[in-house]
Amino acid sequence: MSEHSITMTINGTEHSAEVDSRLLLVHLLRDELRLTGTHIGCDTTHCGACTVLIDGEPMKSCTVLAVQADGREVKTVEGLAENGNLHPLQQGFWDEHGLQCGYCTPGMLMTSYALLQRNSDPSELDIREAISGNLCRCTGYVNIIKSVRHAAEKMKQGEAS
Amino acid sequence: MTPKTSTDICGMGHSMKRKEDPRFIRGQGNYVDDVQLPGMLYMDIVRSPFAHAKIKSINSEAALAIPGVLAVITGETLEQYNLHWMPTLMSDTQMVLPTDTVMYQSQEVAAVIATDRYSAADGVEAVQVDYEPLEVVVDPFKALEPDAPVLRTDKEGKTDNRIFHWEAGDRDATDAVFKAADVVVKEDMYIPRIHVASIETCGCVADFDSTMGKLTVYLTTQAPHAVRTVLALVAGHVGLSEEKIRVISPDIGGGFGGKVPVYPGYVIAIAASVVIGKPVKWIEDRMENLQADSFARDYHMSVELAAKQDGTMEALRIKTVADHGYADAACNPSKFPAGMFSICTGSYEMKQAFAEVDGVYTNKPPGGIAYRCSFRVTEAVHAIERITDALAQKLEMDPAQLRMKNFIPKDAFPYQSLLGWEYDSGDYHGALQKAMDIIGYDDLRKEQAEKRAKGEFMGIGISSFTEVVGAGPSKDFDILGIKMFDSAEIRVHPTGKAMARFGTKSQGQGHETTYAQIVAEELGIPAAHVEVEEGDTDTAPYGLGTYASRSTPTAGAAAAMASRKIKAKAKKIAAHLLEVSEDDLEWEPGKFFVKGAPQKEKTIQDIAFAAYTNNPPGMEPGLEAVDYYDPPNLTFPFGSYICVADIDRGTGEVKIRRFVAVDDCGNIINPMIVDGQIHGGLSMGMAPALLEEISYDESGNIAGGSFMDYLVPTSMETPNWETDKTITPCPHHPLGAKGVGESATVGAPPAIVNAVVDALSHLGVTHMEIPMTPERVWTVLKEKGAVL
Repeated sequence: MSEHSITMTINGTEHSAEVDSRLLLVHLLRDELRLTGTHIGCDTTHCGACTVLIDGEPMKSCTVLAVQADGREVKTVEGLAENGNLHPLQQGFWDEHGLQCGYCTPGMLMTSYALLQRNSDPSELDIREAISGNLCRCTGYVNIIKSVRHAAEKMKQGEAS
Repeated sequence: MTPKTSTDICGMGHSMKRKEDPRFIRGQGNYVDDVQLPGMLYMDIVRSPFAHAKIKSINSEAALAIPGVLAVITGETLEQYNLHWMPTLMSDTQMVLPTDTVMYQSQEVAAVIATDRYSAADGVEAVQVDYEPLEVVVDPFKALEPDAPVLRTDKEGKTDNRIFHWEAGDRDATDAVFKAADVVVKEDMYIPRIHVASIETCGCVADFDSTMGKLTVYLTTQAPHAVRTVLALVAGHVGLSEEKIRVISPDIGGGFGGKVPVYPGYVIAIAASVVIGKPVKWIEDRMENLQADSFARDYHMSVELAAKQDGTMEALRIKTVADHGYADAACNPSKFPAGMFSICTGSYEMKQAFAEVDGVYTNKPPGGIAYRCSFRVTEAVHAIERITDALAQKLEMDPAQLRMKNFIPKDAFPYQSLLGWEYDSGDYHGALQKAMDIIGYDDLRKEQAEKRAKGEFMGIGISSFTEVVGAGPSKDFDILGIKMFDSAEIRVHPTGKAMARFGTKSQGQGHETTYAQIVAEELGIPAAHVEVEEGDTDTAPYGLGTYASRSTPTAGAAAAMASRKIKAKAKKIAAHLLEVSEDDLEWEPGKFFVKGAPQKEKTIQDIAFAAYTNNPPGMEPGLEAVDYYDPPNLTFPFGSYICVADIDRGTGEVKIRRFVAVDDCGNIINPMIVDGQIHGGLSMGMAPALLEEISYDESGNIAGGSFMDYLVPTSMETPNWETDKTITPCPHHPLGAKGVGESATVGAPPAIVNAVVDALSHLGVTHMEIPMTPERVWTVLKEKGAVL
């Protein structure tokens, strides 16, 4: 096992770290940098609680090595609100009761964020497909879908105004 | 129901946005794995690859040679402190770590303590265990045979694998009705072993302060106070005294019953922290969670219903074998080894009923906990709702009509059930009629006939369930002797804001919001200004926790009663301030005023300030109250669900096209949250009906031990749930409310099975086992020559 010097931008701030080859990105974020909003639910890339964006793409950080994120741009749930203002997705999840225990929520938010980046007006099926790799045990997904639609509408209005 | 309070106060009936959400949507929740303490060590667990084996030796040498590995804990280590065994919540016993034999696959064998997660995992790989495999008993029916090997040889005098025999009702009288009946239908039904699979797994951080002799444990538990008491009982002999144990249940990432038991991992981590004197974190991974934590269901039921030719139900008879695995580690109230299974007569009137359950030991993980269900109610509802459809099919009656004919009528409540429950209130006809109107039942029947003529298979399934939740009255309900009350402690501060603490613990149900709304309803203090706190045994009043839909029926009631105690004192203060008699005062949300002179008023905020600054002579200062609420009865939520399913004749896939859920949980505190609970419950009802199962091969090897093959529903399978309500208040709850968190999990599965059987009934299909996977449905289609 060897040590590596890595540098990545996380939520707009550059971070450097000395890491073991095998350190997972999710552990770097959670245990070293204390960005604990990203959660771990399965270790096998099924549940999506650990989803973060790497160069804008949603990735499951429990199966990404920290060294693989070297030189990349990482965005986590902590980077969604700007200047203390909630992102429309965060507002949507709150308004539409899109969360209960809150454990899958950060992953859901990041996956939905990536969806709205590439499709500003997603249909119900688009949303269902986008979040199909993110498991939620509490909500039955119905309100999550409403939350994403809510955000899409708000973002459209925001652009129009 | 129109709310009595304004949106500023936000009492009952308002869809108030959740107060807990701002931290969750920002990633600022505080779950157990987020806890990081200075000097904290990590624990990982060595698990058995065999379902039954002798441990010949455990060699830790290679593990201890790994940098960062500090200790390997075995059963022998714990035996030195007499901590190698522990009681289950059902007064059975289970190993913490084995000293000689493992009894199920993935059982804890040893624990590695290391300076970081990775070294701990390396240590687990390096521990060498030499096993000698023993005969494995997987099938509970075989376990009951006289020549089966006795599994619990640790129990002196145990000569078989039966844990308990439980029965309810009059066997002979029921048999007599069956003998004389016009019609009898019978189906064998297996409700498979499933797992709650909350997205957060279980874990803890044990932190023993050797200077003060105080143990603080951050623990994924739905019942922090009960856990504290269990820990004091288990470890009292090594010096852990209950006042020196602080259990903190932080934010919980879903519970559903899986976070009620005390797991061996918790006890080992605590023991390690006490011995080493440093904080120890243990977080299980998903495979450990699915393979070793308490399972749910695993009921083999043989269900019979006797009726008259005109469809009048006469008697129900159920014989059940319950596979509890290696230990009875269910979390039922002590006097109810089969939980509330005797709710199995459901929503119907009949003459006689008899139910029996035999609990059995096998070489599988221990359990028998609920899966979002009030103690075996799901199994009972499956039996009665499935067999009701079987009767309708046999008599060629419409299943809705058959239900309407046999429902307990609205004016018969409170209703004494055959097997001993007093149903508090209900309107079963109303709920089913509403569901039929919403879904357009008659049109669907026409559509079904047209489709069938074209060779397309669609089915309509009904479930009209009765739940029993809110355990429970102290005369019958206890866990390890502790009565199942729950509690609220409310303090009103001088500026009229309040702090409310409870013995329960939310795992997503939204208690921080709903409890605040109850206080707002009763005292008129805006819910926004009522801070709710749960989960810290050093600060919260004692209570039995959150499971079995008991929070609103017990702690919710306690919130109302404590508020009323405060209001009674507030009235005295108001009378003093207004210089009138108490009898001259009237209340409207948030203030007392003088009858006939409404301009003479004192708001709750005025009164709170006076309680600390200008209290009446002879009255003690302050404005607070505690209530320990012992409910007079359980609550009986109910509902009618209708599912429309289409069957793909090529693949066997079941597609839920529509699902209408009409629920009645009495008066509603927060309609938005209630709907959310129903949505989630329906999804967890669909899961075992279509997807989830944990099975074992004959050697006791698990199938379904990771998310690769344990299929939790995704957004693709889950339909758009359609929900509606009827409201029949609970007559004995101070707010008229009943529990709601589990109704949908209980009610949904038979609606889905009934829809699929209905779709295939013309082929002669009378029953489908669950999960109704494409393969299982395709096989039936194939047998009937109906595959396209």
